[in-house]
Amino acid sequence: MGELKVHRVRFFDYMPTAIRAMAFNAHTERLALARMDGSVEIFNFTDHYFQEKVIPGKDSRSIESLCWVGGRLFSAGLNGEIAEYDLENLRPKYSLEAYGGPIWTVISNTQGTQLAIGCEDGTVKLFEVLEEHIQFERNLDRQKGRIISLSWHPSGTHIAAGMMDMIRVFDVPTGHAVQRLLVDRGIGGSKSRETVVWSVAFLSDHTVVSGDSAGKVQVWDGHTGTLVKTHLVTKWDVLALSVSKDESSVVAGTSEGTVIQFQFIAPTLHQQDKEWVRTRTFKNHTHDVRALAEIETAIVSGGMDTHLVVRPLLEKFDEKSHASGLRKIHFPHRNLVSCAKKAGLLLFQFPGQLELWRLGDSDGHGKPGDRLPLKWKPEKLLLLKRKGEDHICCSALSSCGGWLAYSTVSSVRIYRLQTDNNISITKVSKLPKVLRSAHQLCFSSDSSKMFAASSQSSVLVIALTQSECKYVHTLKPKSGSRQPIHLMTTSVDGKWLAAANSDCEIHVYNLQKLKLHCIVPVYGSCPSAMGIHPTTNNLTMVHADQQLFEYSIVEKQYTDWSRKLQKQGLHNVWLDRDTPVTHVTFNPKNPNQVVLHDMHMFCIIDQSLPLPDQKTQFYNQMTLRSLSEQERPSHLHAFKICKTFQDLLCVSLLDDQSLVVVERPLLAITSQLPAPVRQKKFAT
Amino acid sequence: MSNCCFTSCWFLLCAAGESVNVYSTSTEEFVHDLQGHTDLVTGVVLNPSNHLQVYSCSADGTVRLWDFMDGILIKTFIIGYPIYSIYVSEKHGGVVFVVVPMANYKSSELFQLVAVHLPRSGDQEVEARELSAVLCDVSPHPGAVSFGREGEYIAATKGLQLEVFFFKKQKSYRFSLKSGMKKGVKNAFTCVSCHPKEDCIATGHADGKIRLWRNFNQKKEYTYTTLHWHHGAVNTLCFTPEGTNLLSGGIESVLVHWHYTQENQKDFLPRLGAAITHIAVSPDGSLFCTSHSDNKITIIQSCVKVSAIIQGLVKGDGVWTDLIIDPRSKALVLNGKPGHLQFYSLHRDKQLYNLDIVQQEYINEEGLDQFEVVKAAFDARGDWLATVEERRKKGAELEINLKLWAYDKLTQSFVLNTTVTAPHEDRITGMFFSPSPETTMLVTTSLDDHFKAWLLADHSDTKEGFWSCDFVGGYHLLKPGCCSYSADGSLLAVGFQEVVTVWSPASWELLTTLSQPPGAIRDLCFGRLSCSKYLLGTSTKNQLCCWNLLTCSLEWSTPMDVSLLQADPLSENMAAFCSQSGSSDLFVFKPSEPRPLYSQKALCTGKVQHAVFAPRDQMLESCEERTQWLNRSQLYFITQDMDLLTFSTKTEEDRLLASSKQLMVDDSVAVTPFYLLLGKHRRQQLEKQEALTNPMAERTQLPQGSIAIKELLHTPAHVLPSASFLCAMFVRSLLVSRSSAREEKAEEEMESEKEEEDSEGEADPRLGESAAWAPSEEFGAPALTKAQERELRKVKTFDHSWLSSLLDS
Repeated sequence: MGELKVHRVRFFDYMPTAIRAMAFNAHTERLALARMDGSVEIFNFTDHYFQEKVIPGKDSRSIESLCWVGGRLFSAGLNGEIAEYDLENLRPKYSLEAYGGPIWTVISNTQGTQLAIGCEDGTVKLFEVLEEHIQFERNLDRQKGRIISLSWHPSGTHIAAGMMDMIRVFDVPTGHAVQRLLVDRGIGGSKSRETVVWSVAFLSDHTVVSGDSAGKVQVWDGHTGTLVKTHLVTKWDVLALSVSKDESSVVAGTSEGTVIQFQFIAPTLHQQDKEWVRTRTFKNHTHDVRALAEIETAIVSGGMDTHLVVRPLLEKFDEKSHASGLRKIHFPHRNLVSCAKKAGLLLFQFPGQLELWRLGDSDGHGKPGDRLPLKWKPEKLLLLKRKGEDHICCSALSSCGGWLAYSTVSSVRIYRLQTDNNISITKVSKLPKVLRSAHQLCFSSDSSKMFAASSQSSVLVIALTQSECKYVHTLKPKSGSRQPIHLMTTSVDGKWLAAANSDCEIHVYNLQKLKLHCIVPVYGSCPSAMGIHPTTNNLTMVHADQQLFEYSIVEKQYTDWSRKLQKQGLHNVWLDRDTPVTHVTFNPKNPNQVVLHDMHMFCIIDQSLPLPDQKTQFYNQMTLRSLSEQERPSHLHAFKICKTFQDLLCVSLLDDQSLVVVERPLLAITSQLPAPVRQKKFAT
Repeated sequence: MSNCCFTSCWFLLCAAGESVNVYSTSTEEFVHDLQGHTDLVTGVVLNPSNHLQVYSCSADGTVRLWDFMDGILIKTFIIGYPIYSIYVSEKHGGVVFVVVPMANYKSSELFQLVAVHLPRSGDQEVEARELSAVLCDVSPHPGAVSFGREGEYIAATKGLQLEVFFFKKQKSYRFSLKSGMKKGVKNAFTCVSCHPKEDCIATGHADGKIRLWRNFNQKKEYTYTTLHWHHGAVNTLCFTPEGTNLLSGGIESVLVHWHYTQENQKDFLPRLGAAITHIAVSPDGSLFCTSHSDNKITIIQSCVKVSAIIQGLVKGDGVWTDLIIDPRSKALVLNGKPGHLQFYSLHRDKQLYNLDIVQQEYINEEGLDQFEVVKAAFDARGDWLATVEERRKKGAELEINLKLWAYDKLTQSFVLNTTVTAPHEDRITGMFFSPSPETTMLVTTSLDDHFKAWLLADHSDTKEGFWSCDFVGGYHLLKPGCCSYSADGSLLAVGFQEVVTVWSPASWELLTTLSQPPGAIRDLCFGRLSCSKYLLGTSTKNQLCCWNLLTCSLEWSTPMDVSLLQADPLSENMAAFCSQSGSSDLFVFKPSEPRPLYSQKALCTGKVQHAVFAPRDQMLESCEERTQWLNRSQLYFITQDMDLLTFSTKTEEDRLLASSKQLMVDDSVAVTPFYLLLGKHRRQQLEKQEALTNPMAERTQLPQGSIAIKELLHTPAHVLPSASFLCAMFVRSLLVSRSSAREEKAEEEMESEKEEEDSEGEADPRLGESAAWAPSEEFGAPALTKAQERELRKVKTFDHSWLSSLLDS
């Protein structure tokens, strides 16, 4: 590939927000995750933990608890409302005031017919789940003090409620409290403070497990209301509990960032009477573990330190595979950076604002690895704050740098930009009525059109002129999929548009004829990135399971190179990577080269070189460097991987052949987090 | 002291060298030892079927069964392979499990655990050939194997693998840990212990973690809990007999006491002195015992209080100070615990005390540079002790402190008098007190080209004087290597590389220089007594020279590679250690004649590091020519392996053997020689006191140990003779026995009189009454009338016959 001038960008202060709640749907294997800013993310655990959907947050919304009822997702928060989400349009469907003050928790019974919420005023309210709505049913006996946590007995007859200093067990049919379990306070200085029962779990044998702010995990007999066992696990709080499906294991998340597993084990082998024994401790977090889910093969945890950790339980795996490795998901699996290739501008998307930067430049020359002196420094041209309460869900910048667009759940805004000498921005005032919100925005390469992904996988085509923007057409897929589009790309010649939706379908539209050209054969894994080659118009797709395809749009079939690659199979090292590829670009000077990146590396695929087989060394850049000129060609293979840059959010090739690398070091994110709870460390 | 085990609350057994030592736990005294093994004893375990017996195993390939109470060897089982550790279980009667090298590879590092079926035969020595392998490739470390609950399974660790073998199913499960080397974590197993009541295996790891394994009868669904407190490797683990607590120890020298099932709660017993290598718990769980890397056993009562310390010669990292004899206590003084000097009694083979020289908290951490005592010296009377401590950090300046300690008669210990920081700019190579009784002068030589003389300066205003530098000497900027005082303190010889300079300490005048190139002077030594005119020196170039100080000329020299030269303070004799081809030779000679009095080739392997002549308490009258040089003092030396060895004469050995007689053991209190001595003494004292306060107590005191009373009280009622009969006997028992000589005589007479008096048979009860009064009369008038004497004899005969009949029945 030779030498490239690299813009190493570290001024994108992307800051994810803390994870607040989690709910796992065992039926669909989807994990719903709520963050502090009110956004909800859906991860598909069957598809390599791919982040399928993101529902943007809203200022006034806070989520304390999430709950799946069948395929429906409910949330409740301190604003006192229960909301159901429209997972097809990525927005709240409706929200309902519960009239009980802030809501701490929401759960459903196993049958999926009722929801129970725990309110600040001490009531447990039951809601009936109807076809399209939920309806208030009745209150259980009102208690003094708030209801922090709830757990429904699998039979549906009892509910355990964690409160201040106590746990109540309610009989659901009568609505009366039948047991009152008093939870001890902490020792020492915390004696005067009330103990908050952050989490309870009601097991089918009527055992109640509780985690509280005094650092205890306690096991109670729900029939008699007696304490069976106390495990003091931390000096701080036990914030979350999760029970495995077979009820043989309970995990507890603490403020120290540890996840502690308890197992139901017979103290002597081959005997029936079992007890809860503390077993393993996992420490993958630095801050509070606020949300926890124990699924079939793994423990999923998230908390204040913003990343999601999937810790596989190794005993559930027969052999080592990609699924048995520890996974940490730090960054969203989509682009937050738009790059204007011609103008050398970068657009950074934050939930609350957009930032436009002009890249620095240098005319110096140096050896590979040198730092070049800057002629001018990178410059923040613009900070655009969003209007309204809703957070920005997508944004786009045209490649000439003349247009900027963003969308929230409620509105789309398009701006005209001038960045030559004096920066000016003008909002395009009259937008077509149909353009109300978009899941994905995209400009054509000549900036004459804008594409907005709308509901039911349709794409709106908007024509842009200096004075106005005009609705042209709605491109609709034939499949009738209702899932949202999460990826869109156009060809350089302006002829083709490819759009991928969460059903793993990729539709290619002919923009001249404004109709569907073809559907790429559906592959089982969701595409995580795609791009159309500027000269050959081949569509390169990378899927969440790391598979790579190249599809010729003109010929409506996979290219020979793609067939060869599939025949030979990708290298295991490539398949074992744990972050999806999020961006594909092409080298305009060398049509053989495709540039793609994930969080930990960027890769240049040279299609003219032989493909690596399983025996070849995959990361061979160092070896190549040590070889002489004559020996080198025999060791070359198509995948050239560079790991010099870490924690990548975007890698893109500009038209002037310089590479833009947007890094967001994890250390910088960690340093912005609030201080963790104080822990005594050895030798300090 | 490597491996120890409790036998009961009263005895502690400990493998020490080729014997097993039995200690009393209450008095920490050495009771006796079990001798018989011919090689290192590697393990001691209680016989699970008889709690008065122990098995011991040794590298000599035998397992021996002992009665440890009486120190009797019951049986010897010959296995035929060196044994590294031994394990027994109650469930496996008649079987011991031993770790031996793999049969095919005798010399290799592979070991296996085999079950040995002990043959049931009456012979003293039995060959046990019935071996069956249980586990292959185990660690020879005794802590690496442990029996599980009720002997149902056995757990063994090696490297990164834990193997659990179930006897019932004959199936083993292996659990491996990742090496984790990339993170710098050392995961390797170090020790294992099984819970006695539940199925839980505790393993210790090199990174200081303890894992509690459960559900280990499954290949995949096993689980473990991790506990982490230790920062270094966990050396040993032990569950208490009820399984309520887990004890662990490591380099931190802290005994950690984990509460089982409440792992967050733990207690500590810190500052045990040295790294813990082994923990044993008494069968009732009341006593713990830790053995330490510095040759020490600590006995701990109920985990809170150190009740006793059994301390041998501390085996530190090395001996930097020479071996020195404390003139007062005649104890051997050398480096002990880090930063301490130990006073070790050679006669009693026991540490007297440790003197803290550095007076800083010792940090148990590898790779830390800490202060070490490198030199120590006593003056002639033992009033002063001088010590040098130094700390050398990499790339930093050398820190040296010279400390002078005065002997305090009140506390019977040394008290710090003067500290001189940086007495020299470089390392101190030699330090000596002047032997003359008039002046207390200290000379130090250092690599900074100077030697310094230090004097006790008297100050009228303060009670105590302190030390200050009196003279700084040098010679042509050469580095002084060694120095020596003449026996009367009038001359000081300092070796400056090739040159020996002789100084007068009174005027600090350079008297003469002696030189014998080539080679730098290594050691200097003045002759004693009749040979005091001679000065001996050794050089690095294999020269042993003897100069005559009167003529200032070389008397004789001989080519010898003398590594160490030591003069006997009580005779003219000199000992020279030569190291040749990996072993050391000893030559003893008089400076006046270059002919050895005694020589011993190949004394030990390696170089002899330090040696000292220890004066004897009393002179031996040995006429054997070979051992004459040992008459006045005994030669001790320390080898590279830190073994302290000595020479002894034949007569001494005989005496030692004679003194090691068997001691009777009472069943309530462990009897040690100390107890026998003190206990008897105390009883006598008690008796005396009571006799003084209450003259009548004399009588009540006496019969306590009497057989008659015992018989009376312990014989079942239905076999007892009539009360009147007993009464007489009881009263008779109150009689004071007379001196043995008279008794013997009486006995003789008795024999003759027995026949005729037997007819009289029945005793008159009134006789007893009068006899009861006899002792009080005896005090007043020792002479008895003949009649009374006869009565007395009669009583005795009667008593005997009755007793014997009773015994026969």
